[in-house]
Amino acid sequence: MSTTQDAKLTEFDDNDQKPIGFGRMLRKEDARLLRGRGRFVDDVQLPGMLHLAILRSPFAHATIVSIDTSAAEASPGVKAVVTGETLKGLGLAWMPTLSNDVQAVLATDKVRFQGQEVAFVVAEDRYQARDALELIDVEYDVLDPVIDVRKALEPDAPIIRTDLEGKTNNHVFDWETGDEAETDRVFASADVIVTEDIVYPRVHPAPMETCGSVADFDPVEGKLKLWSTTQAPHAHRTLYAIVAGIPEHKIQVIAPDIGGGFGNKVPIYPGYVHSIVGSIVTGKPVKWMEDRSENLISTGFARDYIMRAEIAATNEGKILAIRTNVLADHGAFNGTAAPVKYPAGFFGVFTGSYDLQAAHCKMTAVYTNKAPGGVAYACSFRITEAVYLVERIVDVLAYELQMDPAELRLKNFIQPEQFPYTTKTGWVYDSGNYEPTMRLAMEMAGYDELRKEQAEKRARGELMGIGISFFTEAVGAGPRKNMDILGLGMADGCELRVHPTGKAVVRLSVKTQGQGHETTFAQIIAEELGIPPADIDVVHGDTDNTPFGLGTYGSRSTPVSGAAAALVARKVRDKAKLIASAMLEVSVADLDWVKGSFQVKGDPGMSVTIQDIAFRAHGAGDLPDGVEGGLEAQICYNPSNLTYPHGAYICVVDVDPGTAEVKVRRFIAVDDCGTRINPMIIEGQVHGGLTDGVGMALMEMISFDEDGNCLGASLMDYLLPTALEVPDWETGFTVTPSPHHPIGAKGVGESATVGSPPAIVNAVVDALKPFGVRHADMPLTPSRVWDAMRGQATPPI
Amino acid sequence: MQVTMTVNGVEYSREIEGRMLLVHFLRDVLGLTGTHWGCDTSNCGVCVVWMDGEPVKSCTVLAAMAGGHEVRTVEDLADGAELDPIQEGFRQCHGLQCGFCTPGMLMTCRALLDKNPDPTEGEIREAISGQICRCTGYSSIIRSVRWAAVHEATSAREQQEVAAQ
Ligand code: FES
Ligand code: FES
Repeated sequence: MSTTQDAKLTEFDDNDQKPIGFGRMLRKEDARLLRGRGRFVDDVQLPGMLHLAILRSPFAHATIVSIDTSAAEASPGVKAVVTGETLKGLGLAWMPTLSNDVQAVLATDKVRFQGQEVAFVVAEDRYQARDALELIDVEYDVLDPVIDVRKALEPDAPIIRTDLEGKTNNHVFDWETGDEAETDRVFASADVIVTEDIVYPRVHPAPMETCGSVADFDPVEGKLKLWSTTQAPHAHRTLYAIVAGIPEHKIQVIAPDIGGGFGNKVPIYPGYVHSIVGSIVTGKPVKWMEDRSENLISTGFARDYIMRAEIAATNEGKILAIRTNVLADHGAFNGTAAPVKYPAGFFGVFTGSYDLQAAHCKMTAVYTNKAPGGVAYACSFRITEAVYLVERIVDVLAYELQMDPAELRLKNFIQPEQFPYTTKTGWVYDSGNYEPTMRLAMEMAGYDELRKEQAEKRARGELMGIGISFFTEAVGAGPRKNMDILGLGMADGCELRVHPTGKAVVRLSVKTQGQGHETTFAQIIAEELGIPPADIDVVHGDTDNTPFGLGTYGSRSTPVSGAAAALVARKVRDKAKLIASAMLEVSVADLDWVKGSFQVKGDPGMSVTIQDIAFRAHGAGDLPDGVEGGLEAQICYNPSNLTYPHGAYICVVDVDPGTAEVKVRRFIAVDDCGTRINPMIIEGQVHGGLTDGVGMALMEMISFDEDGNCLGASLMDYLLPTALEVPDWETGFTVTPSPHHPIGAKGVGESATVGSPPAIVNAVVDALKPFGVRHADMPLTPSRVWDAMRGQATPPI
Repeated sequence: MQVTMTVNGVEYSREIEGRMLLVHFLRDVLGLTGTHWGCDTSNCGVCVVWMDGEPVKSCTVLAAMAGGHEVRTVEDLADGAELDPIQEGFRQCHGLQCGFCTPGMLMTCRALLDKNPDPTEGEIREAISGQICRCTGYSSIIRSVRWAAVHEATSAREQQEVAAQ
């Protein structure tokens, strides 16, 4: 590894690699995206298309007294104005959320968060639609809002969900995992118990492309075509069939190019349904594209967990048990996207990468007058919160024991021979080898030298911090025996056709939002069949042309759909083998597969390529008994377990003692995502996630004033990292394949978003050690760091 | 009102509302959807185009203000099948993922290289600091610009050598 900046910047990889299979390969999708020829939802222009704009509530909690739409209806270009009352008449005022709650499509009785959808206008152009919004007259009766999550369950708290029959409080659910009695027993016998209150504030994924859709309903055919910003086109289609009563085979959901998702584009938003209703009502195609503030105030937020963490250990630093109590803010509707049996997602992995004797978690989730959501922002179902909790509290323990945080972690890792390892909360980690990953990160960082440098700087009054996090993620949901979303099992279909000339098309149920599926999946097929990736077309994001599956989020594409792709290729290969045996006139037992062709054992000269076989499969001439013509296969892959990637991250920060500004000087990330398909793409995924981590740790937060006004409603108030806030990332890797995945890959999309925030916070807290700081909550903005330096750290909520 | 401007070397005259933003003019009126829109507050830079050779945020310019000026968008960078070196740099160094910020990044970085053919890491970070990418973490964008700088320098040298012979 080079050390000087100039060397690093002029060092380019060997870019001409064209692997038939795994390895660095340039992306197939870049050709169009670089030329401005991508096709995003807002690029869809249909003849006669109208534009839709949504009127949103200015209040967090208010009864709707009346709505007068007459002036709006008379406004130039307006074709329709629709309110909750209109939808009620159609039975469409409410829709199910991904957590089996309901959410208002348009408010009828009252509004429950600032930004909630109250009415929509369809007009000839964007400007006219927005003009007409101004003319809708809504009379509200303002109610007291529930903003402070800690007060949501107080007996005199206003009841938010009056729509739910018999609801007399703001309680959503209680959830528990682990063994409470055993955990209490271990805690009682421990030398050291450390407790810390840790907040993971509300943040927002904020993809550069906001959410939107174009609905085109054909009343003659009864067919709905919907282009939408969705990470899960098939799941959405099924939900539209249920909500709108349109038969599922008459709905085509198309997710074209998607400008980033990060979980923001998993839920169904009212706006998508509005565009469908708008198209049905006007008989014209209708486009809805939200603006940035609509995106930030009304679509799926992430986190919002208030956690009390407790850790028990021996004086020597052997961690015995972790227990936690969580208060979860779910907003006004429980819109969390998580498997039904997992209301807190996969938060149960809060035991981390450590071999514990006991663990227990108790959680209460409540409604507040804030936007719904809860699982988003590159977070595999609450793992981000879990990893933050454990990696923060382990550091607090290191502080109390006066131990080096790296040493403390190394001492407590689950050992390689313990895999598959069942955690105290019941998760079965498939494989792992933690120490080498940790050691590599320490070596890349020059850990010992950094500590020396820090000691020297401290002596001079300079504030330098070194933060570590070591994470284990649970991704690739999931086994259908216990994972479903609204009853839909989390398996993935895949279909592969090899054409007569040996070119192929593979159809996926998952959908890229920038992860490079068109390249990675071509490489998987190439690895299995020996067909060059350039000869493989990857079709995705269109429900009429792809098999059913639950979509891309929770790092599930490679673990689930990637497995499906490998297996469907193997199915094709099995058939190809039968045909090859006929072509070579030998028995199948006498054939060897050498990537791309079958050879007669002991006679490499006697061989047929996959391309020859494809032609024969479609050609004239006999095929072996029982073999049908054609060379194609279909599969639905049901994973037997989740996959568990891990990684070791080290962050170095400098804090300005005069301004309390934090500068991330270096960040070293060593990831182990099992088998690596395209290292270039993996590195890109990691870089993006690390940047999210800097944002969350130092800058980002969606906060509210006491009236429930959202204070993060624009990119001026909700700060995202630019190139000036992040360092040049240093990445490394180890490889521990997943034993149950056909190619051993584990998924990497969210690892860095999950793993980096604790490393950065740990680094800042470490820098503030001279002030006796052992914890400070995100976002570590200069003012919050300043307060921490003065012993006045407060939780952000 | 009537507005006339040159976009990618072609002159267009259109009847528009005075309040129409340049980004909407390019996208909705001319159908040049390579230029994107991403925020309400001039923070994200996915809308960057050139006006008279200078990068501008087209969400912050009225179409009327572009009247009489020369606008250049991402669609004009490649010369037929051949990518501009900055596009090739992004391709080689994985400078894009979802591609939504990419047109704006390309226009800014092309302008940077035209002024400063050998920018340092810090100069590149500064140049793109008014733009947000949610996918790449910026390192690969910086490498992409350096790739273009290095390759442009090499091909300029080669051309000089050919000329000298
Ligand atoms: S659209 Fe965000 S700066 Fe122009
Ligand atoms: S590539 Fe997705 S925002 Fe930059």
